[in-house]
Amino acid sequence: MFTYTLRRLLFAIPTLLIISFVIFALLDLAPNDPTGDLPLTIPPEVREQIRASLGLDQPFFFRYLYWLQQFFINEPLNIFERLTGWQIGDGDRMRVLSWATRSPVVDLIVQRLPQTLWVVGLAYLFGVLIAIPIGVISAYKQYSIFDQVGTFLAMVGYSVPTFFTGVLMIVIFSSYLQWFPSVYDTNLVITDFSSFLQQVKQMALPVTVLALFNASQITRFVRASMLDNLHQDYVRTARAKGVKEKAVLLVHVLRNSLIPVVTVIALGVPTIFSGAIITEQIFRVNGLGQLLITAVQGADIPLVQTLTFIFAVLIVLFNLIADVLYGILDPRIRYD
Amino acid sequence: MKNLKLLLAGTVAALAFAGSAAHAERGTDGDLKILFWQAVSTMNPYLSGGTKEVYASSMVIEPLARYDEKGELVPTLVTEIPTVQNGGVAKDLMSMTWKIKPGVKWSDGTPFTADDVIFTWKYCIAPDGGCAQAAQYEGVKSVEAPTPDTIKITFTEPKPYPYSAFVGAQSPVIQKKQFENCVGAKAPGCTSANFGPIGTGPFVVKEFKPNDVITLTANTNYRDAAKPAFASVTLKGGGDAASAARAVLETGEYDYAWNMQVEPEILAKMVAAGKGKLETAFGTQVERINLNHYNADPALGAKRSTKEAGPHPSLSDPAVRRALSLAIDRSIIVEAGYGAAGKATCNIVPAPAAVASTKNDSWCLKQDIAAANKLLDDAGWKKGPDGIRAKNGVKLSFLYATSTNSVRQATQELVKDMWSQIGVAAELRNASASVFFGGDPASPDTFQKFYADVEMYTNNFDGTDPEKYLAEWLCDKVPGPANGWQGQNIPRYCNPAYDKLVGELSKTAELDKRATLAKQLNDMLTEEGAHIPLVHRGSVSSHSLKLAGVKMNAWDSELWNVADWSRAK
Repeated sequence: MFTYTLRRLLFAIPTLLIISFVIFALLDLAPNDPTGDLPLTIPPEVREQIRASLGLDQPFFFRYLYWLQQFFINEPLNIFERLTGWQIGDGDRMRVLSWATRSPVVDLIVQRLPQTLWVVGLAYLFGVLIAIPIGVISAYKQYSIFDQVGTFLAMVGYSVPTFFTGVLMIVIFSSYLQWFPSVYDTNLVITDFSSFLQQVKQMALPVTVLALFNASQITRFVRASMLDNLHQDYVRTARAKGVKEKAVLLVHVLRNSLIPVVTVIALGVPTIFSGAIITEQIFRVNGLGQLLITAVQGADIPLVQTLTFIFAVLIVLFNLIADVLYGILDPRIRYD
Repeated sequence: MKNLKLLLAGTVAALAFAGSAAHAERGTDGDLKILFWQAVSTMNPYLSGGTKEVYASSMVIEPLARYDEKGELVPTLVTEIPTVQNGGVAKDLMSMTWKIKPGVKWSDGTPFTADDVIFTWKYCIAPDGGCAQAAQYEGVKSVEAPTPDTIKITFTEPKPYPYSAFVGAQSPVIQKKQFENCVGAKAPGCTSANFGPIGTGPFVVKEFKPNDVITLTANTNYRDAAKPAFASVTLKGGGDAASAARAVLETGEYDYAWNMQVEPEILAKMVAAGKGKLETAFGTQVERINLNHYNADPALGAKRSTKEAGPHPSLSDPAVRRALSLAIDRSIIVEAGYGAAGKATCNIVPAPAAVASTKNDSWCLKQDIAAANKLLDDAGWKKGPDGIRAKNGVKLSFLYATSTNSVRQATQELVKDMWSQIGVAAELRNASASVFFGGDPASPDTFQKFYADVEMYTNNFDGTDPEKYLAEWLCDKVPGPANGWQGQNIPRYCNPAYDKLVGELSKTAELDKRATLAKQLNDMLTEEGAHIPLVHRGSVSSHSLKLAGVKMNAWDSELWNVADWSRAK
């Protein structure tokens, strides 16, 4: 298992390098421009100077190598310096700077992480917590009213886009009932019970929208996996031995059914970090998803490049984790 | 007469004083909540020329003089506006002198001096800095301080309209002490200064979260001890225009929201909720259709839309250009896409009133299908079996490009339908705004390349003087491979008589004569069909009924008088 993990990690290095090159090339080939959003009153000569000051007048390959140096050498050294307080060299290293804000990309990401983890992460957790019991009951009582209603809701939740449910929630709960705010306040600090309540209130709508979406996806997996297992021979054997129905269901069937579900959940974790672009935009959560979409619109290439590359790292990593988990959960699977 | 004016001014001042007496204390009105659906990226407008950055920073850093809501210059950090009459502008128009108001302080308590003004100029013209507002300092030879409180700007050539450097929200003064080590290539590295510039304005940056939210507090060193009425400002960014409008007009969570680009009927419904209102101000934005004067046939490959391609086979006919304009019903376009934020226009310089021509309104503002058809019939464009006019094998069928935007696509559909009534076909195309306006010379879809027969977008000019803007239609400003597609004469219009008249404008100083010349130039462009002006666009913002003092301004930052805003009692 250990050698397998090590081998996979080593394989990840060339994979990620190729990914980073492909992202960089794609962004470079895309016909948008960082000065495209500026007012037309800014004359072309000035735009040319702005482009030059961003380093866009350099050849493509040079810019790619420069980014590699900034991302793989300068940024880690900077983090190391900050953590330890030591200084390596003169400490004057060019960091990956966003073109729109002219500030270090890594700082932007660190600033955005809390709200994304809170809202999208919590929605994922709630989604899982809702999905498993519903999936279990739906499968156990297949074709019952509960199953029909659950399947219907899951289908609705899965097929109705979040930009619709999000706006619908705002119209009902913010505009009409005025229970919850429609704009997320990223400056809110929890100090006492009332500010905690406020945080819960402002998270309620975006978390609900996303949790419903996540739950409807996962609940289908749970139900299908449970149904597969319920008809297995070992279930009949357990029942024949006189094991209580509750134990059959929750100990034998559920545990075995969760094996594929756990991998699905693990593979979904990177999407938490990539944020929920649409939902964040609707509720102005301004997390990583919103950061990415504004960067894409503004042709902020260093920011898009760095963010997408970090997502790529997470996806590669969680693929590995899912595979390893599979081996741990299911003793029949061995990689060595 | 003069006495009467003085008396009136005195009365106005007394009234204003009485009005502000009710809240004549700084920081008594709590938090002002502003929503910009396009989030602010930096507080340094010299590093980003975006409108949102210019507006946000205008609460913190100020120019020497700014435009009020009527487009008139008002002094902010100086005692008066220099003119030739008061001796502030030299008779030969080669220099001007500003006099700093005594006692102005930066928010850190240090005095504001002429040195800071000189530094600001040096900061923006430094090589490798990529200063986004460099155009504001064009033609400035030197900035000096003959005495510590006067600033003398010398120009490279006579400047009949000298108000550009240090005027308006685009060129505010920054503090020398703070930015001294951030000049040129070092500018982007000064993150904390760029995010929190020290200024003379009513507010100070407390916390800046790029592309998210800015927290500002009242400047304790602000020159008016009674202002600002608000103790703090929260400027939140992100989302979309419709939900920003909702947060002000329906849920009442925010006091002010900028740039309400929302369908008119949706806005009307939100206003009906009774929590807020819309403010519209008309500046110089005009949505126009440019007519390509060069051949844009794709068969010409890289030569299309350049001089080598030759004149356009059909659009070079003046009758066709005039007919295309006559066929358009501008009022329907305004009603469908702009509502209160648009007015039908036939001018490319629609404002200020002094330079807005009315000469072509009689024939151009009204749709006249019959006249358009007759014009084309007389010019020999005959309808073919498919209903499309043609002459010598050239069909009146145009590729019509614009940027991706729901209002623009709706307008395209309307215009296509109107043109079909005179036997003109149109093929519609749109490109993402960041591509269309991006100016990448490698992309075939930019508005500069104009690989289409007609294209539609909005442009405007800063401030109130159109000289520089009207110079965009000079023959030598035509974009092409030779200048890297970097010209501003997008329609490729070229008329030596026009060039001559622009030269005359650049030498004329009297305001009346300048206005007459500007009108002539504007009329020439409309009459000769360089383009078809469609809609004079206003800026629309919304504010809560609980907010008082908003004076919507299209000539400067919308937040230009945020120091005077207060909580409605």
